[in-house]
Amino acid sequence: MVNAPRLQVEGMAKRFGATVALKSVSLEVAPGEIHAIIGENGAGKSTLMKILSGACRPDSGSLHLDGVRFDPEDPHAARQAGVAMIYQELILAPHLSVEENILLGEEPARLGWINSRSRREQARAALAQLHYEHLPLGAPVGSLPIAEQQVVEIARALIREPRLLILDEPTSSLTQVDTQRLFAAIRRLRDRGVSVLYISHFLEECQLLCDRFTVLRDGESVGSGAMASTPLAEIIHRMVGRNMEEIYPRSARSPGEVLLELKGLSGRIRPSEASLLLRRGEILGVAGLVGAGRTEMLRATFGLDPVAGGEILVRSSLRTHASPRQRLRDKIGLLSEDRKEEGLLLNRSLADNVTMTRFEPVSRWGFINPRVQKQVTRDWMTRLKVRARSPFQPAAQLSGGNQQKIALGRLLHHEADILLLDEPTRGIDVGSKAEIYRLIHELAGQGKGILFVSSYLPELLGVCDTLAVMCRGVLGPKRPVAEWTEHSIIEAAVGAGTEKA
Amino acid sequence: MTTEQEQRRKVIRSRLLTLAGPFIGLLFVTSLFALSSELRPVFYTGANWKNIFTQTVIVSIGALGMTMIIISGGIDLSVGSVVALTSVVGARLLEHKVSAPVTILATLLTGGLVGLLNGSMIAGFRMMPFVVTLGMMGVTRGAAKWLADNQTVNFDGESMVTRVMEKVSPDTFFPLPSGVWIALLLTLLMSVFMRCTVFGRYVFAIGSNEATARLCGIAVRPYKVLIYSIAGLFFGLAGLMQLSRLSQGDPSVAIGLELDIIAAVVIGGASLNGGSGSVIGAVVGALVMAVLRSGSSQMNWPNYVQEIIIGIVIILAVGLDRFRQSQAAR
Repeated sequence: MVNAPRLQVEGMAKRFGATVALKSVSLEVAPGEIHAIIGENGAGKSTLMKILSGACRPDSGSLHLDGVRFDPEDPHAARQAGVAMIYQELILAPHLSVEENILLGEEPARLGWINSRSRREQARAALAQLHYEHLPLGAPVGSLPIAEQQVVEIARALIREPRLLILDEPTSSLTQVDTQRLFAAIRRLRDRGVSVLYISHFLEECQLLCDRFTVLRDGESVGSGAMASTPLAEIIHRMVGRNMEEIYPRSARSPGEVLLELKGLSGRIRPSEASLLLRRGEILGVAGLVGAGRTEMLRATFGLDPVAGGEILVRSSLRTHASPRQRLRDKIGLLSEDRKEEGLLLNRSLADNVTMTRFEPVSRWGFINPRVQKQVTRDWMTRLKVRARSPFQPAAQLSGGNQQKIALGRLLHHEADILLLDEPTRGIDVGSKAEIYRLIHELAGQGKGILFVSSYLPELLGVCDTLAVMCRGVLGPKRPVAEWTEHSIIEAAVGAGTEKA
Repeated sequence: MTTEQEQRRKVIRSRLLTLAGPFIGLLFVTSLFALSSELRPVFYTGANWKNIFTQTVIVSIGALGMTMIIISGGIDLSVGSVVALTSVVGARLLEHKVSAPVTILATLLTGGLVGLLNGSMIAGFRMMPFVVTLGMMGVTRGAAKWLADNQTVNFDGESMVTRVMEKVSPDTFFPLPSGVWIALLLTLLMSVFMRCTVFGRYVFAIGSNEATARLCGIAVRPYKVLIYSIAGLFFGLAGLMQLSRLSQGDPSVAIGLELDIIAAVVIGGASLNGGSGSVIGAVVGALVMAVLRSGSSQMNWPNYVQEIIIGIVIILAVGLDRFRQSQAAR
């Protein structure tokens, strides 16, 4: 066979400022192949997709499409060449009809007059390829369920008869049934010779759908293979790049006195009932589905949201209602789940971000001493292994992992000993994750109490001493982590276990 | 690594550009008028610069308050009206033979009171600063006209107040009117205050990201009230300077002054999104506009040419700032 691969990527590299997004990525996709791109957040998946779809240009490396050099200047050029991209966030005009959306920008027209009949036929043909010809062509897209909107989006991509279709996390908002139907539609396209790049971090899904895979880690392609013949464990090992024992440090600790106690805490909507005891030297994990009320529990505890009922005891004294300022005075610190919108002052310096809650050691009579501030910040940066040029650099220029370390640094500089950590490892690279786990472990060893909210079960099981699950605003009982499994956590999170009670 | 050194050099360069930007602009517009051989001998005289400085006093003092507000992520459109109101208040008091120190205090407090009202509404009811101060612009302008019976308020006799902006010996640079010295001193104080104090950092923090400021235990609402009130004191002082310059209270004076002040702050490197800005930059920005006005009126260019030029300068300043930011982000 002399067939050139549909897509060939060689030595692709791209950096944004000081951040290396792609180090070296190579992969090949055959015609009529569904190829999974697997990797954790920050591994470089989205940058690779941006390059393929022409949204940004690589620093080095080459792209070939069916053996022909492919170097799209902009998204339009990429579409012309037959590469269609479907983003996780749908980009449809909700007020226009299905038919209008499918042919948006491609209207069959003569002298500016749209040929409605031909437009309807083309739209119907595109939907028929996906076996979705029953969709109402005249209905506004905004009125359709999300799964059908997804189909409209794909039908739109098909109008140009793409050679390569890129799908970014298309199932993240779909139900099981809709996912199956979507998969059927994708397979149909494959059988017609379209190549598909399928990006997801649901490995089970990739196993179901895809023929081959490429794993990305820290901007590098670290392995490709046939999906069917590769065990999941091996793929995970490649994704993470190390064994579990190296990531999650463990040592025996004996918890001390109670630092924080919640008694039947409720907020305006969520949580409806949260009780817990957090002891010195304890890492207490809180699992639950998105929207169960975990973040709200932390926010109410910290005084960011009002407390509607129940009691909060800090070091055994009753302190139910307080502002964040008073909580900080009580040596409680909150790490926000949203680094960019809440956690950090992005355009201010690292030094200001670290010392913001406690200027006292770096100032005198209200005047800040920049030399001391710089030294203090530099000490924290060294301890937390923050990679940055200078303490006076704006926080926005750092990578996600380093930003998160700065946000944690603020709690440490504040000498908080009750740490409320909300998704502390969301969206950061594996290396930084491991460092943050080690740091949390170390802090617990120093006698701090840590409330660890996360949606990523392996890290909860790996890091925490005890764990409780929140389900629809109600926090379940805490148990030693050894008594939990991923399965029992999920059961508790969806409320399956509480039904009989 | 060489790339690291390059990076560092890039950061230093962009930082220098931020600091020096307004000064370079000032140098540019100043040297612009050197191109005309007939203007050269009159433009670069002490008397002319004394004029320019004196004309900048009101905008500069207003810019001190406005910079703080804009850094905190707000805006104040009522400044022009507040200047008119406070100048009328001052004139009325002098008319009734109230002593100069009391008049000065009352004028400042009037400005501060309007600021307190603005700040309380913005912080207390979480209203948009733009809308609140737009409303206050009408209210204070009306109040000024009411208090002045819709005409200028004249008062007899010399007063300490009128001497502040008086130009003794108009042909030489020195002595400068004391108003210029006051503005200069306040500029330096305010610059140090915003840069070096904890209060200043809080103002930057609130403008940079209010949610983060709250997370960090900063009492955002009281600070906002304080910010608008302090700024109001500056606007009251600007009104006093206005009174001193005209030697009468005029309720229809300083219409559109707020836009000049905002322009000065923006030329000085502030972002209307909050979180960045420079006090000294804003005052230099005010000077840039004053130099342009003075130069073009001496060139006998019609008024509309001045307006077009100043408009272009504002857009250029913001455009350069964008360019700089995209360079820094690269």
